[in-house]
Order: sequence, then structure tokens, then C-alpha cells
Amino acid sequence: MKKSVFLGALTVAGLAAGAAAAGTLDDVKARGKLNCGVTTGLVGFAAPDANGNWEGFDVGVCRAVAAAVLGDPQAVEFVPTTGKTRFTALASGEVDMLARNTTWTFSRDVDLKFDFVGVNYYDGQGFMVPKALGVSSAKELDGATVCIQTGTTTELNLADFFRKNNISYEPVPIETNAEGQQQYLAGACDTYTTDASGLAATRASFENPSDHVVLPEIISKEPLGPLVRHGDNEWGDVVRWTLNALIAAEELGITSANIAELSEGTNNPEVNRILGTEGNLGEMLGVSADWAKNAIMAGGNYGELFEKTIGENTSIGLARGLNAQWTDGGLLYSPPFR
Amino acid sequence: MTIVTDPPKASFRVSQLIYDTRYRSITFQIAALIGFLILIGWLISNTAQNLADLGKEPSFGFLAEPAGYDINQRLVDYDNQNSHLRAAFVGLLNTLLVAVMGCAAATVLGVTIGVLRLSKNWLISRIMTVYVEMFRNVPVLLWIVLIMAIIIETLPQPRDFRGADPQASMALFDSVAFTNRGFYIPEALFSRSLGDIHLFGASAMRFDVSLDLLALVAVLLAGLWASARIKRNADAVQEATGVRPTVWHFRLGVVFVPLLAVLVLLGFHLGYPALKGFNFQGGTHMRNSLIALWLALSLYTAAFISEIVRAGILAISKGQTEAAAALGLRPKRIMNLVILPQALRIIIPPLISQYLNLTKNSSLAIAVGYMDITGTLMGITMNQTGRELETVMLGMLIYLLISLSISLVMNWYNNRVKLVER
Ligand SMILES: N[C@@H](CCC(=O)N[C@@H](CS)C(=O)NCC(=O)O)C(=O)O
Repeated sequence: MKKSVFLGALTVAGLAAGAAAAGTLDDVKARGKLNCGVTTGLVGFAAPDANGNWEGFDVGVCRAVAAAVLGDPQAVEFVPTTGKTRFTALASGEVDMLARNTTWTFSRDVDLKFDFVGVNYYDGQGFMVPKALGVSSAKELDGATVCIQTGTTTELNLADFFRKNNISYEPVPIETNAEGQQQYLAGACDTYTTDASGLAATRASFENPSDHVVLPEIISKEPLGPLVRHGDNEWGDVVRWTLNALIAAEELGITSANIAELSEGTNNPEVNRILGTEGNLGEMLGVSADWAKNAIMAGGNYGELFEKTIGENTSIGLARGLNAQWTDGGLLYSPPFR
Repeated sequence: MTIVTDPPKASFRVSQLIYDTRYRSITFQIAALIGFLILIGWLISNTAQNLADLGKEPSFGFLAEPAGYDINQRLVDYDNQNSHLRAAFVGLLNTLLVAVMGCAAATVLGVTIGVLRLSKNWLISRIMTVYVEMFRNVPVLLWIVLIMAIIIETLPQPRDFRGADPQASMALFDSVAFTNRGFYIPEALFSRSLGDIHLFGASAMRFDVSLDLLALVAVLLAGLWASARIKRNADAVQEATGVRPTVWHFRLGVVFVPLLAVLVLLGFHLGYPALKGFNFQGGTHMRNSLIALWLALSLYTAAFISEIVRAGILAISKGQTEAAAALGLRPKRIMNLVILPQALRIIIPPLISQYLNLTKNSSLAIAVGYMDITGTLMGITMNQTGRELETVMLGMLIYLLISLSISLVMNWYNNRVKLVER
């Protein structure tokens, strides 16, 4: 018994580590499908619709990568992961990439051996409380019961915040956003804390969103972005530049409406290089020449994707804020395509 | 003609290793062992190699680093600046707590149900059958989640206890609050407390033992011992004279008078929970996760234990009862002196595996966010440090140790019960 458990663990570890070897790009092409790790369901970011089709902001990134590599935005196998299972899923090779509200931190990058390829949403941690509680600042939460998702940066920031402000709290650890929502609405916790975007998305799915407020304090920096395994730089490049293509497309005015026309050829060389009518960026990346065109057509450029899934005209209603282009005072800044 | 009768020479040929039944089994065993060792060696080297390729050499250094996360249910002091090892220890104690509570409740419930199922009362025995089939045939995870959902959705939240005309109020003369965050019950306080003793210094396994509790336990044990002495004396007098002296009031007295005296000396009183701020303060907080896990594990395991008890009792042949009755024993004595001692021998071994099952099932705590060893070491610590292999191996080792200890204790008890046989 003792031995078999031990062996089993080693086998799992051995297989897991074995599958993590390089060559993801070839694997994906051979498989004809991208395995993309997303959340278990966060409306606006990644959630299946009534027909079981995944949609959302993070899902858009997955589809863009699939379109860039395979030419088909539908060739994605979405793998729902919780805050806790996501890293094991990526490290073991169960998914090729994660696009799932994951904060870029030092230890995840360096110690957990992942590569964050960029940031698709600049966020920060906030608190949501029922209006009836009469709380207007997070500093008034002394003694409160707080719902948090385990295995997240949220849980560490929370500990730091309460420690810094010398107040106490009672953590209620939960696995998924859905569970957190249930406990919060039943009053099993006074406040729910996670990334502010996640709070907005969660609140939007409530029956009476206006009964709840998100407190003004943002207690951390949460740059959320897609990530891949450390050490497979070719694959990392593909995901990184797909994301950059979406961002650059917005900056350069390439939209899903005009992309067909622009790919006939324009007099802007950078647009031509992105769309593959000039130069050989696709070849360098190991994908087809029209990779970026396919990626942008999958769900529009960054701005279009944002407006469609989480923007101000959706029920989630997030403003661009930090996530505007640098030319509009935001932080989005794609390195040049040349 | 002469017949050669020389015994065949004892020469050994290699083929004998396979064709000679004297050697064959040993050959195969050795071959299997070598194969097994090679397999293990390959797995270890392969794992090490792959981890090295990933740049993740196995190391347990992370255990000494600050955990950074908080744990709601702590039986010992802990804050987020303590090490991961300390967090694992807090989790381990939580595992042990729910395991001990669960085993105790499951045993009491299981024995009761097992006996009641044999009842001649049709209704009672049928109800018990329904209970057993209901709990035995639904995965325990579902019971855990169901009980948690019931607590969360049906009980009032602390906020409902507030205001001039509150929607909810405390039970039992304002001493207990049933909320959807758990139950708040009075706690034992000592105004002239003896303090604590600190064990294991400043290590990650440090913990405090209340001297008040130790004193109470010591006095209780001494009382029970004295009571047993008195009983033995009474037995001796009865044996010698045939008349049994009345001693029950002495026996009660030696147990309870000293206990009460110590309680008064220590200034024992109850601390009641009261709503303050967001939550009830004071008293003992039994968290909803603990209650859900404890109840579900006990109810589930009790169903199995009841079957074991029933089988144990049924296994004692009817003739034993009749023989004992023929000797003039009363039914209660027949049960205590004849049936149970023999039934116990049948009951204990499968009971051990139920205890082990309950303990291992407690790792389902994760479903309701109960911070046991799986939730701390193999949950948050694993996730925050990325040390899957190390944490899981450590976790397995800990469960193995817990299980072996339970087996050890129960086997010892089993051997004692066995001696009853003559
Ligand atoms: N950004 C934090 C928190 C991530 C997180 O927990 N996100 C939540 C909501 S913002 C989520 O994705 N929940 C969906 C799920 O439960 O699967 C991290 O990377 O640790």
C-alpha cells in the first residue's frame, strides 16, 4: 500500500514533468486544437453561454491565439481551472496556455517557472459589500468575515492589508467565484474580495446589483495576463505577439470592419507587416503569413474585444481606465512590429 | 546384469532455476524484485530529471518561509507571518480535531443505530434501515456539500440578530447563537487560571496546553480511580459476607466533589457570545465548515458502523443467550457479560477501517473550505509555492502516520478484548 501510493505519486510527477517539455507550437499544430485554461466561469471574462460556447474577454485571447496558429478561432478546447488548479494544469501540460485573470507576480514568473507574455488587463484588488452593511471604506472592515478564493494573490494581499492597517478579519476560503457569490449573497461573509474587474463581473450577475457597492480602496496591483510554461520561448513568442497584435491593431486603427480592405495593402508599412502583406513576420514566428489578420478577425482588435465583452455598454460596464491605449493616457503599449 | 543404484549426482544446472519446482518460485520472486527496483529507480531518476529540466529541484526549504496567508480555525497561535510548516501544523490539528470528533460521534450513533436496527419494534428497525441505506449509498461529498448549503441558506446571518426588532434571536437563554457562519456557544473561562504550559519552545510544532484543563482531567481520573477502588472493596465485602454495602453515593462523591472544588478554586465561569461589530464575539465559534464536515462524516460513517455492530451481535449464536439464561443471568447481564465481549471481537477489526476511512475522508474538507492539512499544506501552500511533489509527498506521509497510529491504538485495544476469550 505504502509503496503503491509512493509509486503512483512518482508516476504522476514523472508524467507531469515529462509532458512539460518544449515544442508546444508543434504540439498544437499537430493536435489541430489549442488547449486553453480559463476560469470556471466569470461572466464577461470567460463563461459558457446558453449554447455552451465559451465567450468573454479572456476567451477572446484564446481564440485569437488559435486563429493565429491554426487559422480557426473555434479550434480551442477550453479547460476550466480554479485559482488553485490553474498552475498545475499549465505546468503538467494539460493546457498550452492560461488566459484567466492571473496576476503577473515575481514568484509565479521566477519560482513557479511560468512566463507571462504580457498584460491584457491592468487591475487591482477591491472589496464588495452589501449597501445595507453601511460600510464606506475597507478600513472599516475590522472583524469582518471575508470570502476569498484560495490559491490567489487576493488571499496574500488581504492578509497584508489587514496587517498593515492593524485590523482583524475572518477569512472564508472558497474554491470558485460561483461559490463565493453564493456565500456572499447568503450573508455567510460580510464582504467579497477579488480583482475589481471580477467584482464588477460578479455584481453584474446579481439579481439586484444596485444593492451592492464596490468600496473605493484598491489595495493592490493586479496586472492580469496570459501565461505559458517557462522554457518554451517559441511558444511564448506566439502568444505574446498575438496579444501585441490585438493591442497594436487598435492603436493603428485596424478593426474587424476594415481588416479585409486593409489587407489588400496600405501605405502604412507597419500595418502591412502585421497583416502579412509585407515582410515575413509570420515565418519568423513559425506560423502562416496571415496569422495576425486571423487573430484580429477572431474577435476584433483589443478595443473591440473589450467593448464587446466587458466594456461600458455591457452589463459589466468597465471603463477603459488604465487599459486605454498609451496614446489615450492608458498603459497599453505594444512594442513595434518590425 | 547389474543394476546401477548409484544416487544421481547432485549437479546443478542453470535450467533448474526455471524447470525445477524447488527453485522456480524463488527465481521468479527475485526476478520480480529486481524488475520492481529497476522500475522505482527509473521513476525516481525520471522524475528528478524532469524536475531538473523544469528548473524545479526538489527542496523542502519553502517550509521555513513565511506562509503569508491566514487560517480561520486555529487551535494554536498562528498568524500570516509564521512559516508554511506552522500553517501545515495548524492544518494537521484541524484534521485531527474533525477526525476525533467524527470517530466519537460516528461510534455513538453507529452503535445506537446498529442495536436499534435489531429492535423488535417494526417501525424503529425500519427507520434505521432507511437511515443506513440512505447514508451508505450516497457519496459522502454530497452530504458534506448539502449540509453546508443548508446551514448557509437557511440559518440567519449575524446581521439579522441586530436592531430593536431583530429577525433572529439567540437560543437557550441567550447563550447560543445559530448563524449561517456557524454556531457560537459559551466557552469555559477561569478567573483564577493556572495559565498554560508551552510545549516545544519556539518551533513550528509549539503549542500551549491549559493547566486548568490538565488539573481537571487529573482530578477526574483520580476520582474515577478512587471510585473503582470503592467498587472493588464492595465486591470483596459482598464475596465474603454475601451482603453488598451501599456505596453508590460514595462513588459519585469521590468523582464529583473534588471536581466541583477544583472548578470553584479556579473560578470557573462561562463566557457567552455577544454580537459585536460584524460578528459574534466571545464564546466558542464552531464554524459552518466544521459542522458540515463533522456531521456529514459522522452520519455517513455511522451507517457503516451500525452494520458492523449489527453483524457482530447477530454473529453470536442464539445458543449462547439461551445457555446464559439457563444459568440464571438476567437479559442485561447476558448482553454485557456474554454477547458484547464476544461481539466486540468481531466488531473491532472492521471498526478500525471505518475510523481510517473517516480520517481519510476528512480530506474532503476542501469542498467546504475547512482548513485541514489538505487545505493548508496540499492546498494553499502548494499553490503559493508551486511545490507540488514535495507538499503531496509530505501530505501522504502525514496521512500514513495518522492512519498507522489509529491502527496501532485500535489493534492494541483489539488484543485486550481478545484476551477475554478463554
Ligand atoms: N488575480 C488573482 C485572482 C484571480 C482570481 O481568483 N480571479 C477570480 C475572479 S476575479 C476568478 O477567476 N474566478 C473564476 C473561477 O472561480 O474560476 C490571482 O491571479 O491570483
